[in-house]
Amino acid sequence: MPKNLLSVRNLCASVDGRRILNGAELEINAGEVHVLMGPNGAGKSTLANVVMGDPRYSVDEGRVFFEGADITEEKPDARARRGMFLSFQAPEEIPGITVENFLRAAKSAYTGEDVKLLPFRKELRARMEELGMDASYASRYLNVGFSGGEKKKNEILQMAVLNPKLAILDETDSGLDIDAVKTISESIHRHKNEENAIVIITHITRILQKLPVDYVHIMADGRIVKTSDASVIEKINRDGFASVLG
Amino acid sequence: MKNQKTRVADIDRARFDFRDSDKSGYKTGKGLTADIVAEISAMKNEPAWMLERRLRSLEVYNRTPMPAWGPPLGELDMDEIVTYVRPNTEMKSDWNDVPGYIKNTFERLGIPQAERESLAGVGAQYDSEVVYHNIRRELSSQGVVYTDMETAVREHEDTVKELFMKLVPPEDHKFVALHGAVWSGGSFVYVPEGVRLDIPLQSYFRLNAPGAGQFEHTLIVVEKGANVHFIEGCSAPKYNVLNLHAGCVELYVREGATLRYSTIENWSKNMMNLNTKRALVEKNGTIEWISGTFGSHTTMLYPSSILKGEGARSTFTGITFAGAGQNLDTGAKVVHLAPNTSSTISSRSISKDGGIAVYRSAVSILPEATGAKSSAVCESLMMDSKSRSDTIPVMDIRSDEADIGHEARIGRISDAAVFYLMTRGLSEEEAKAMIVRGFVEPIAKELPLEYAVEMNRLISLELEGTIG
Repeated sequence: MPKNLLSVRNLCASVDGRRILNGAELEINAGEVHVLMGPNGAGKSTLANVVMGDPRYSVDEGRVFFEGADITEEKPDARARRGMFLSFQAPEEIPGITVENFLRAAKSAYTGEDVKLLPFRKELRARMEELGMDASYASRYLNVGFSGGEKKKNEILQMAVLNPKLAILDETDSGLDIDAVKTISESIHRHKNEENAIVIITHITRILQKLPVDYVHIMADGRIVKTSDASVIEKINRDGFASVLG
Repeated sequence: MKNQKTRVADIDRARFDFRDSDKSGYKTGKGLTADIVAEISAMKNEPAWMLERRLRSLEVYNRTPMPAWGPPLGELDMDEIVTYVRPNTEMKSDWNDVPGYIKNTFERLGIPQAERESLAGVGAQYDSEVVYHNIRRELSSQGVVYTDMETAVREHEDTVKELFMKLVPPEDHKFVALHGAVWSGGSFVYVPEGVRLDIPLQSYFRLNAPGAGQFEHTLIVVEKGANVHFIEGCSAPKYNVLNLHAGCVELYVREGATLRYSTIENWSKNMMNLNTKRALVEKNGTIEWISGTFGSHTTMLYPSSILKGEGARSTFTGITFAGAGQNLDTGAKVVHLAPNTSSTISSRSISKDGGIAVYRSAVSILPEATGAKSSAVCESLMMDSKSRSDTIPVMDIRSDEADIGHEARIGRISDAAVFYLMTRGLSEEEAKAMIVRGFVEPIAKELPLEYAVEMNRLISLELEGTIG
C-alpha cells in the first residue's frame, strides 16, 4: 500500500465572489508522477494555489489533507514545512534579496535547522551547475530582471535545494526553448524517487517525454473530469481536449 | 558575517529600553530664561563671545514663531523641557574610570566592543555632557582633532569662533535658535589637509533623564584633499514625558575633500526630533549623507548641502520607517551655486500601522550653476491601508543648462510576493521582513556592517511592533 501524500476532497474555492473550483478531487501517493491538463480557465493554477494555501482564495467547501493531516486551514509556510512545494507560473520579483540568501533562509525555515553558509554554498553551486545556471545568479536579486526561462530554472533550483515530498510544477515548461525544457526535465527526473511525488501542470507535454507519468487528469470547469494513464496525452495532442472530454 | 545580517528576528527590544534612576548632579528649573542661558555658559566657563551668541540666539528664539509647515508640533510644551542635565562625572579618557551606572548603559548598547572592533574613537554623550572620549594614538599623530564641543571652544577657540553657527544661523528657524541658546555637548572634528582616515569616527548620543532636551552641536572641518567618515548613532530609552531633540550639525568640506556623514536615529517614541544638518562644499569636494530615521514621535530632518565651489558634489541616501503613532517628515535639500555641481537624492520610506512617512526635498539650481546635474529618486512602501506616505519634491531651476531628473514611486507590500515567500517555508512576518530588507538594501549596503546589522534588527523589531 503506497503512502498517501495529498488528498483533495470536494474542494470548492472562489476569488472575489467568483467560484473557480467546483468539487475538485485528487489523490496522490508517494512515488507517483501526475499530470494535470485542461483548457485555459479550467482552474488548474487555482487548484495548485489553493492546495498551497494562497490567502487570496477562499475555500468554500471541501478539505485538503497532506500525509493524513487536515491542512485546509493551514498557512502556506506551514504547508511548505510539511514538504509541499509550488513552482510558480510567474514567480514574483523580490528586489534586494539575493538568490543565495533567500534560498538559505528558505532552507533553514523548511528544515527547521541551521543551514551553514559554506556547505550550503557548495550545494547551491552544484545544483546550479546541474541546471546550467551561471554561478553569478546566486548573488543576483531574486528573479529581478530574470528572463522567463531564468525564472523557471530558478524555481526548479529551489525545488532541488528544498527537496520537497510533493512538488507541484505550474507550467514550468511554458515559454522555454527546447534545451531549457530538456534541462528542467532532467532535473525533475533526478529529483524524483519512491518517497516523493510530482504534479505537472502543462499544455505542451514535451517536458513529459522522459518522465514516467502514472496518471493524467483532465480538468474542466473547476473539477477533474477524467483520469487516465499516459496514453491519453498523445490523443489530446492530436485531437484536442474535446476528444477526451466528450 | 552574512549569517548575522539575515538572522534578525531574535533581538530583544530591552536592549534599547532601559534607563537608570535620575542620578544627575545638576539640573536647571523648567522653562527657558536669559538667566538659565547665562548659567549654562558659566557652568562651562565659556568665553564672553559664546555667551553673547547664546543670548542673541535666545532673543531670536523668543521672537520666532513655530514653523508654519510640516507635521503638527502642538504637543511640544517648551516650559516642560529641562534644558540642561549634567551627569555626576567629568570627562574621562579611560573606560575604567567611567562611573558604573553610565558604563552599564553604554555596555548594554555595545559601545566598548564596537570601539575595540572597528572604530577609531568614541565620543559618547550621556545626557548633555560627553563622559567618555578616546582617540587612538595614530589619529592624533596625524593631526586629527576629535573632541567634544566644550573642549573645542577652549582649545580650538579661533576655529570654533569663526565657524560656529555661521553655516546654520539662529535666524533659520525657531528650533535652531533654541539650540544656539542652550547647546551642550556634541563633537568637534578637524581633519588636516591631505589626511585620509580609513576607519570611521563614531559618536553615540543618548538621552537619559525625564523631560530633558538634547542640544548637541557637531562641527566638522575636512581640509583640502582630506577624507573622513563620521558616524552619528542615536538611541534613547523610553519615557512618558515629552522629549525634544534639537541638535545642529555644521560640516565644512574644503576643496577636493570628501566627508561621509552617517546617522541612524532610533529615538524613543515620545521624542520630538527637530534636527538641523548642513554642509558647505567647496570646489571638487564631496559630501555623502547616509541617514536612517527609525525612532521618535515626530521628526523634521532635511540634511542640506550647499554646493559652493565648481564641481562640488552631494549624495543623499536616506531611509525612514514610520510605525504606529509616528509622523516622520524627512528628506534633503541641495543648493547648486557653482558650475558643474552635481547632486543625487535617493530616499526610501516604509510606513506601517498608521504611521506617516513624508518625503520632502528642495533642489535649487542658481543661474551661475551651469552644467549642474541633479537627480532624485524616492520610493515608499506602505505595509497596510492605514498607513500614509506623501512625496513633496520642490525644484527651483534657474539655469538653462541643467540636467534634472525626479522619480517617485509609492506602493503597497504585495500579497503575491508574501505568498511566494511563504510557500518556501518563511512565516508571514519573516516574508514581510525579507521584502522590507530587500527594499532598504540599497541603503544597507552603504552602511558599515555593524550598522547594517543594527538597521536590520530595527526593521525586524518595527515589523514585530514591539517598539514603543
